[in-house]
Amino acid sequence: MKHVKTLNTQTFSNTVKKGGCGECQTSCQSACKTSCTVGNQTCEQKK
Amino acid sequence: MIHQYKSNGYNIVLDVNSGAVHVVDELCYDVIACLSGQDGTHTPKTLKDGRALALLKESLGDRYIESELAEALEDVAELAEAGQLFAPDCYECLLDEVKKRKTVVKALCLHIAHDCNLACKYCFAEEGEYHGRRALMSYEVGKKALDFLIANSGSRRNLEVDFFGGEPLLNWQVVKDLVAYGREQEKAHDKHFRFTVTTNGVLLDDEIEAFVNREMDNVVLSLDGRPEVNDRMRPFRNGSGSYSLIVPKFQKLADSRNQERYYVRGTFTRENLDFSEDILHFADLGFKQMSIEPVVGDESDPYAIRESDLPVIMEEYDKLAKIMIEREKSGNGFHFFHFMIDLEGGPCVAKRLSGCGSGTEYLAVTPWGDLYPCHQFVGQEKFLMGNVDDGIVKPEIADDFRSCNVYTKEKCRSCFAKFYCSGGCMANAYNFHGTIHDAYDIGCEMQRKRVECAIMIKAALS
Repeated sequence: MKHVKTLNTQTFSNTVKKGGCGECQTSCQSACKTSCTVGNQTCEQKK
Repeated sequence: MIHQYKSNGYNIVLDVNSGAVHVVDELCYDVIACLSGQDGTHTPKTLKDGRALALLKESLGDRYIESELAEALEDVAELAEAGQLFAPDCYECLLDEVKKRKTVVKALCLHIAHDCNLACKYCFAEEGEYHGRRALMSYEVGKKALDFLIANSGSRRNLEVDFFGGEPLLNWQVVKDLVAYGREQEKAHDKHFRFTVTTNGVLLDDEIEAFVNREMDNVVLSLDGRPEVNDRMRPFRNGSGSYSLIVPKFQKLADSRNQERYYVRGTFTRENLDFSEDILHFADLGFKQMSIEPVVGDESDPYAIRESDLPVIMEEYDKLAKIMIEREKSGNGFHFFHFMIDLEGGPCVAKRLSGCGSGTEYLAVTPWGDLYPCHQFVGQEKFLMGNVDDGIVKPEIADDFRSCNVYTKEKCRSCFAKFYCSGGCMANAYNFHGTIHDAYDIGCEMQRKRVECAIMIKAALS
């Protein structure tokens, strides 16, 4: 594409079927403890 | 739903429902703005049927010629075809499934000591006491908490236990004994404990460092930044500063962990709105993993963040993002927790819909074994859910937390950042609005800015 550079190939909808195992880290346990940040977490299945 | 913005010379388009992020030229930026401003429900078919081009010609014809608009529209249609632009919101229908699923407990915040050797002015735990009395958790209570976690974790293998306080090193022997007990139990039950500890470092020594490095998956080191900033807010009880005692210990610990699996974590207040300087101070001290969070405080507190502070805070985040790009490019980069974003291997939709897990997957345990939805609710009797002897005795509290998500909060529905914060901190919502079914507005503004900066950094380094 001439006008666009896309930064990611995965979309959220790709994770609908396989997701939800729940093995990932609880967001507040990492560093924050006073906010909620989910988007920076890594999927346990992709480690 | 589309969110587009310009930052540091980049034209960025976030397709909210797919999570796709595009860096586009000026022409395409204007084309997408025109299309999404007119109707947010374009499909590949409607984009190709001639009406879209007619609209673009009418709206942008004075700036671009028809062939340019047609070419950009082709790119837009291709992205839509791939599900990366104008993607529909197809997740709300999953909510029933998410709400109904039987949640298990997978993480505990053990309040190993409701006591502290510092007297930080902004402490939500009130010098460790949490609106209550000073207390240390006994080994027996801690053991019951780990048993409760194992018994309520279903088939979940990875279990997290954070030793929190007050200051956990004030009850260090119990921490060590509980880790030993956990290691015994994980074999018997086919579980894996990920222990973490949050400390102010005052009592940190070589023996504790060796134990932490052997047993703790992560360690959070509390420090606010520059000496004068840290010592103003984080004094000892006698008023003297803690910086000079703590910093060398933290530097040694971080190096001994190869600069991995730890965070130096600070709090900024309206007294250091130039907090990017504190982050750079951390970097100059040699730290590679860091976080600085906005203070959580009552609006009447003199140090609390006010709405009028937001413009300055936004500028600070922009400034920090640019410096981080420069440092990364010069081989001297570092990680800032709130600018970390995983665009490729990030959390699944189920996780993004279920939020932080407080009250359901994540509970806090007081020194005497009471269970609360999270560490920030400890001491508020209305949120007392049960205890380690009887388990959850008020399941309705868990149900309330489970029912709360980005689709039930009106403010979240229309927010572009909803899949990155997952509805934000429920304790903050409660503190500012008296209900967990709302959002802390100032926190939301900052969160949105951080998401924008995080994406811009990805664009700059791609």
